[in-house]
Amino acid sequence: MVGAGVPAETLRLSAMTQTAEQDQVTFPGARAPDRQHWVDVGGLRLRVHEWGDEAGRPLMLAHGGFDFARTYDVFAPLLADAGWRVVSWDHRGHGDSEHAELYSWDADVRDALAVFDATTYEPVPVVAHSKGGNMLLQLCEIAPHRLWRFVNIDGMPSPMRHMEIMGHERTRMMEMAMRDWLTHRRKIADLTRKPGTLDELAKRRGRMNPRLSHEWLRYLVTVGARQDEDGWRWKIDPALRFGGFGPWRHSWSLGTLQAVPVPLLGILGLQHEEMGWGTEPGQLEPFLPPDARVEYFEDAGHFVHIEKPREVADLILDFLS
Amino acid sequence: MISLLSGRVTLALHELRGATNGARPLLHLHGLGLQSPASMPKELEAWTGPVYAIDFTGHGSSTIPRGGGYTPETLIGDVDAAIEHIGSDVTLIGRGLGAYVALLTAGARADAVKGAILCDGPGIGGGGPVPGTPTVVRVDEHAPVPPDPYALAELSKDVRPADYAVDFARLAANANRNPFAIVARARPPWLEAVADEVGAVPTTLADALRTFSRSPGDH
Repeated sequence: MVGAGVPAETLRLSAMTQTAEQDQVTFPGARAPDRQHWVDVGGLRLRVHEWGDEAGRPLMLAHGGFDFARTYDVFAPLLADAGWRVVSWDHRGHGDSEHAELYSWDADVRDALAVFDATTYEPVPVVAHSKGGNMLLQLCEIAPHRLWRFVNIDGMPSPMRHMEIMGHERTRMMEMAMRDWLTHRRKIADLTRKPGTLDELAKRRGRMNPRLSHEWLRYLVTVGARQDEDGWRWKIDPALRFGGFGPWRHSWSLGTLQAVPVPLLGILGLQHEEMGWGTEPGQLEPFLPPDARVEYFEDAGHFVHIEKPREVADLILDFLS
Repeated sequence: MISLLSGRVTLALHELRGATNGARPLLHLHGLGLQSPASMPKELEAWTGPVYAIDFTGHGSSTIPRGGGYTPETLIGDVDAAIEHIGSDVTLIGRGLGAYVALLTAGARADAVKGAILCDGPGIGGGGPVPGTPTVVRVDEHAPVPPDPYALAELSKDVRPADYAVDFARLAANANRNPFAIVARARPPWLEAVADEVGAVPTTLADALRTFSRSPGDH
């Protein structure tokens, strides 16, 4: 059975080796996980990070695509300090989890359930951002009895994206996407992340996260990149890339929202960003179940929990109380 | 056996019949859970050119990945790796799952794939045209391999919308005349839709092999 019967190797962070440059970079409020361990899924190891009292009630925290669990180093401790055992994990190919031979949406959802299984079989509250939010939306259908509350931070399918591209235009876009994907795939075996200084990596990430401060991005480099002899490299698998093609339709995900079986809180920053879903107030509500609500932050973007960690954490803690 | 790289997977390509001067190559794509034939199949003897077969990822002598993650789209990459080795003007013959992958590849690599012969076999239906109630695939990790139990589970439930299949059929038909020979008797929704497209010809295996194996000068 996936995720079961595998001894979890627990490592204390204090035992981990840190470089001098890592030691010098701090960020106000950022706190390393209290515990880390591995979960094995069919021979692939996923890194799990936990904040808070090990005896506390578990709360599952899922990151978005091209992120990693340590992007919660400020946000997770705010939930942990309220008594929750906050459990997050690096998706396959992300953060400290192993790079896989194959990636798929269903594999990511299976990996998530393996981390749930390794944590508890009791219903748990779930807080999930972006791609993580969409993944756990699927988990609501697969294992509704495993969730107690669901907080989705800009990870619900956007009704704007619901407008499917039709006909010749779709065929043409698919042709381009396939050509790019095949070109990329032929190079995967030789791909490595481009090395750079700590500042260069922070600037590069700033292109995807334009609203986040350089100081925060510098901190992320120290927890999301590794320091090789020729410089820092992001740990994320270079085989992963944005875009792609496949049979999935946004309308299928949108149709699942009504079936969310637990109280649902949506949180959205209204400042549009490339990484965001572009949802406007009022667009999502017609698709939500009756006991769901959405809270909007006017002056924040897709990473609202990083821009306003205290406010978002308070909103969630109130929802869970 | 020839070893090729398909992403991070080492793929097994088998040469069932050696190269013949000027004759077009045929590439065999097996059904779900199977592998390349051990020797030249009798029913393909009518093909005049070289004949190859691959073991898809997780099958036969190809790598078994850790933790699954299979999609038919990934298998396009397997066929693409084989085409890079064999060269262009190739005809695909796919059975079951291999027929669906042959369709996808004929559209994705219309510049290199002359056409595809779509035959019955395991895995021809996939998970149907729309998603059913989602499940998480659990497998017996102690089951003997190959085939990879994740491949068996995941590649039998992937969604195959008819209009998605038609997109690939049209990409192939834009580049090649009558690119699809439909030999299969089974008609899952994706194949039913492709059969209605211009460029799809219902036929017998013998006729399909005869038609596709003609060299360009024969037309």
